[in-house]
Amino acid sequence: MGKVLMKGNEAMALAAIKGGCDAFFGYPITPQNELPEYLSKHMQANGRVFVQSESEVAAINMVYGAAGAGARVLTSSSSPGIALKQEGITYIAGAELPAVIINVMRGGPGLGGIQPSQGDYKQITRGGGNGDYYLYSLAPESLQEAVDLIKESFEIADYYRNPVMIAVDGLIGQMMEPVDFDHEVKKWDLKPKDWVADGDRKSHPKNIINSLYLDPTDLENHNLKLKKKYDDMKANHQRYEMINMENAEIAIVAFGSTSRIARTAIQLLKEQGVNCGILRPITIYPFPEKAFKELPKEVKDLVVVEMNTGQMIDDVKIATMGTHNIHFYGRVGGIVPEAEEIVDAVLKARGESNE
Amino acid sequence: MINEQLIIAGFGGQGVMLMGQLLSFAATNKDINTLWFPSYGPETRGGTANCSVTISEESVNSPVISKPDSLIIMNKPSLAKFQDKLKKDGCLFINTSLVKDVPIRDGVNVYKIPANDIASKLGNPKVANMVMMGAYLAVTKVFSQEDIIEVLKEKFVGEKASLIGINQEALNEGAKAVTL
Repeated sequence: MGKVLMKGNEAMALAAIKGGCDAFFGYPITPQNELPEYLSKHMQANGRVFVQSESEVAAINMVYGAAGAGARVLTSSSSPGIALKQEGITYIAGAELPAVIINVMRGGPGLGGIQPSQGDYKQITRGGGNGDYYLYSLAPESLQEAVDLIKESFEIADYYRNPVMIAVDGLIGQMMEPVDFDHEVKKWDLKPKDWVADGDRKSHPKNIINSLYLDPTDLENHNLKLKKKYDDMKANHQRYEMINMENAEIAIVAFGSTSRIARTAIQLLKEQGVNCGILRPITIYPFPEKAFKELPKEVKDLVVVEMNTGQMIDDVKIATMGTHNIHFYGRVGGIVPEAEEIVDAVLKARGESNE
Repeated sequence: MINEQLIIAGFGGQGVMLMGQLLSFAATNKDINTLWFPSYGPETRGGTANCSVTISEESVNSPVISKPDSLIIMNKPSLAKFQDKLKKDGCLFINTSLVKDVPIRDGVNVYKIPANDIASKLGNPKVANMVMMGAYLAVTKVFSQEDIIEVLKEKFVGEKASLIGINQEALNEGAKAVTL
């Protein structure tokens, strides 16, 4: 199969099927509706489950149940819908179940708007629900990367027995690009799912799926067990890309479609004689702190660019520990920054530090 | 080498999105990088609609186009909204059936095509978009008419296959409108 031109939401849906998704549960919301629409046509045809639930809360609890029974499960939504799902997500993380959640972000807070946004950064990277847990969170910048990461995300979810969040924005959901669905993706070393509660008492003993630990010692042990996973993600599975960093004198930090716009911006900057790199987090949790250690010595200024009011700045500050000047440029409300705006922000940051 | 950034703008129902998609499908058939991005309000028919199309033999970066090489304008409000974004010496294709008595900026190549009138003469007002496409292809030579017809043949199957003929005529008439 060669490259196929598809809309982002549909491409992500097909990627889930290719990734071995057994069941989808979701409730409609713009700008991700083509994703469940595509699955409603193609899941049953492939002998899999598609349910449009009565609400987001119902959908995430169906995910909880199906994941507990050992299925590879997906749900998708957009910002306000993801907010509704947080209770279920923390239960799924607490019960150590694998699931993939796609958030096609739109403007907020509240109902916000329907245009692209990266306004859920904090919610995604801090867990979102109650208690000590995190989601392995991937922020692709193109449809090819989204497809590859979604295919792999089911492996990652199974490996960690933890939800994986695919954090994209409405731009990725709505755009069309040619995609190759047959890219090989990383296979993780997966153990048999001997923990499932699937009603089968013959091949394994009775399993209980639960997130309730009333004995504080038990819960502490459970929390520490979860923490080990997050420590392992941080130590071994940070992902990032360094773009045009050789000879860079300044760098942009941007993820998802914003980094894509930044790629155009650095070309324009080059025409003006400014060598600007991009540090692109691919995992936003774990945040790629290692990448900041690789920055060239000449880079003293970092310009964080996001489609929010600066939610990633804290992570950049933690990663750099005061070694760099941190600048910020963002657009919100569903407005997507143009490359020229990012150019101006970089030039301004450069001017300030040269004063 | 192809490196084209295009914005197509009009109102919902004019086939603005489809035009852009046809170009992206043609690019994909030729294994050329492309990115199509739509922008529309919550309205459908009658609301404003535009799409950005990038076709490039290099990798495609920003999905949003700030300075397009070409602009296809299907209705009056779109001209006001987009003409200042067009690159200097860029190509401005205007559907003069619906865009009349509007000042047009200097420093660009203007092509006036009465697309709705031509389409109506052909017997199907809906192909006004393909008239504009014919003009666009004739001037920019990004793709040939055959490349677009090939895509239509892939997409228009069954009953819709009968529409390929009139689309071909519309492409021809559009090309004539800018070359004669």
